[in-house]
Amino acid sequence: MLIALPVLIPMLGAALCLLFWGRSRPQAVLALASTASMLAASVWILFDVRDGTILTLNFGGWQAPFGITFVADLFGAIMVTLGAIVGLAVMAFSVGASDRLRASSGHYPLSLTLLAAVSGAFLTGDLFNLYVWFELMLLSSFVLLTLGGERGQLEGAIKYVTLNLLSSMLFLMAIGLIYGTVGTLNMADLARRIDDLQDPKLATLLATLLLVSFGIKAGAFPFFFWLPASYHTPPPAVSALFSGLLTKVGVYAIIRVLSLIFDQEWSLLGDVVLVVAGLTMVTGVLGAIVQNDMRRILSFHIVSQIGYMLMGLGIAIGLVGSLGASSPIAVLAMSGAVFYIFHHIIVKANLFLISGAVLITTGSTNLKEVNGLAKSHPFLSMLFLISSMSLAGIPILSGFWAKFVLVRGGLEAGSYTIVLVSLAVSLLTLYSMTKIWTQVFWGEPDDLKSPPLDRRTKAWVYSPIAGMCVLTICIGIGAESSAKLALDAAEQLLDSSRYIDAVFDGASAQIGDAP
Amino acid sequence: MNIILAFCCGLLAATGTYMLLRRSFVKLVIGLALLSHAANLLIYIVASPLLGRPPLVRAGETQPPAPFADPLPGALILTAIVISFGVVAFTIVLIKRTYEEIGTDDLDQMTSTDRDLC
Repeated sequence: MLIALPVLIPMLGAALCLLFWGRSRPQAVLALASTASMLAASVWILFDVRDGTILTLNFGGWQAPFGITFVADLFGAIMVTLGAIVGLAVMAFSVGASDRLRASSGHYPLSLTLLAAVSGAFLTGDLFNLYVWFELMLLSSFVLLTLGGERGQLEGAIKYVTLNLLSSMLFLMAIGLIYGTVGTLNMADLARRIDDLQDPKLATLLATLLLVSFGIKAGAFPFFFWLPASYHTPPPAVSALFSGLLTKVGVYAIIRVLSLIFDQEWSLLGDVVLVVAGLTMVTGVLGAIVQNDMRRILSFHIVSQIGYMLMGLGIAIGLVGSLGASSPIAVLAMSGAVFYIFHHIIVKANLFLISGAVLITTGSTNLKEVNGLAKSHPFLSMLFLISSMSLAGIPILSGFWAKFVLVRGGLEAGSYTIVLVSLAVSLLTLYSMTKIWTQVFWGEPDDLKSPPLDRRTKAWVYSPIAGMCVLTICIGIGAESSAKLALDAAEQLLDSSRYIDAVFDGASAQIGDAP
Repeated sequence: MNIILAFCCGLLAATGTYMLLRRSFVKLVIGLALLSHAANLLIYIVASPLLGRPPLVRAGETQPPAPFADPLPGALILTAIVISFGVVAFTIVLIKRTYEEIGTDDLDQMTSTDRDLC
């Protein structure tokens, strides 16, 4: 029962929010309460799975592979916890930053259903169920993106909606083909039975279809165009929620499916993933360099960072595929990917929150229109400096360790090209962060067009940003324990038999039983 | 029977893709709807349907007489249809609102978010 809570709590919160339609204050209270309790539940799950046990839950008492199974392994639990952290920060930010109309009519319930769908996608052990969570996530994000109906939002939404729906169709077709050829959709069962396919090329085809479909959702090269076209258009709280979670669900799905199901294809897929990772990093960061708007620069950086996560996965599965057995180096590279994801979710969502704070204090995020915030808003500038340096990978902040683990894994595995590419890209990341810094924060402050924020708004806007900054520093300082967590998660990911055993005869608790 | 359905599925997917590549919004939505039909039909075909063999358990027995049709693809398709219905409904409202806001249904005119403000 415990592992269904991160889905049930925000669902319940959303339902209760609908009862207060048109009134922003009770909705905000409900949203904050439900994200906080979601965070508590997911931390509880994380503590339960820390020692390597995998929790499973069969809905309706139907044993796997017949019913829908929820599985919480270490990676899934980490992702759910991060989702809850971002959710809580964004809700707190929304209390300060949302305009009254949006806040009273749909912003909170939709954000909550989005969070429920994201946790569902992280926890489910069934491919079709994953599709359903994806669709719930997409529908909530469609409405959040267009809520307000400004011209930019609608234009961004058309691109976002079309490409994401196309990816869902491909996913659905892949599901149909998998069911028709293998005869099951439970991921653990699929992992066991996919080796029995008479034609091994079929497995390659299925893996490719899934990779393309999740690649669109993750914003990987060459399918990322919808992302920079839409992420800067909605209100800042919504962009922060999207930037922290949506593409990461795509990355999560790629990692889960490739590591669990298609282990016989690893040597081939490893190369494909590495090429995609390298191109994603380079195109993303080059796209960011030419932009002149803070939020658009950050959107392009999401794309380039997705490349780092795929890089860890590519090195790890390529190595295991060519050696034929798991090795400590592969585990290290995989843990780099996991570490990178959890560093990235926090830092990226925070940078978007900061750009939101800049937007509501100055009325713009264009680099040419905003100047001298370091003098007029020193606290905000310091928070931006911490987050952006962490993103670029300056030592002791979380980004340094994430990149360090990845690069070390890459060097030990002998993938020198991708390591060189990733180092060059992080240099360019540093360049575009200093570009934002020199243009927005340095210089003489100009006259503010919008009135200064009142104390209450300021507290709600700054506290989540400061909290996330503290978290970045904590991950950086306590890097050893975070790295340990990532290593354990990576080891579990690369050894799919543990997941399979847990689903079929492990510590399974049926719904209604005490966990 | 299956071969006819397979051709239908291919035709739907091809038409849907062609429509997606048009410049008009309305055709874009039609394309999305056709593609979702193609995906649903694909699930049905791949699971090799058996005509006239419902998976019904007779009284006193524990399983239906073999061979029987697999009921699961039907359930999957129903779920997918409901979802794609919701999504298409949303897209139709979206194109209506966009048309009211921008005053054109030409996708090539929608570049204001891609241009720099300076």
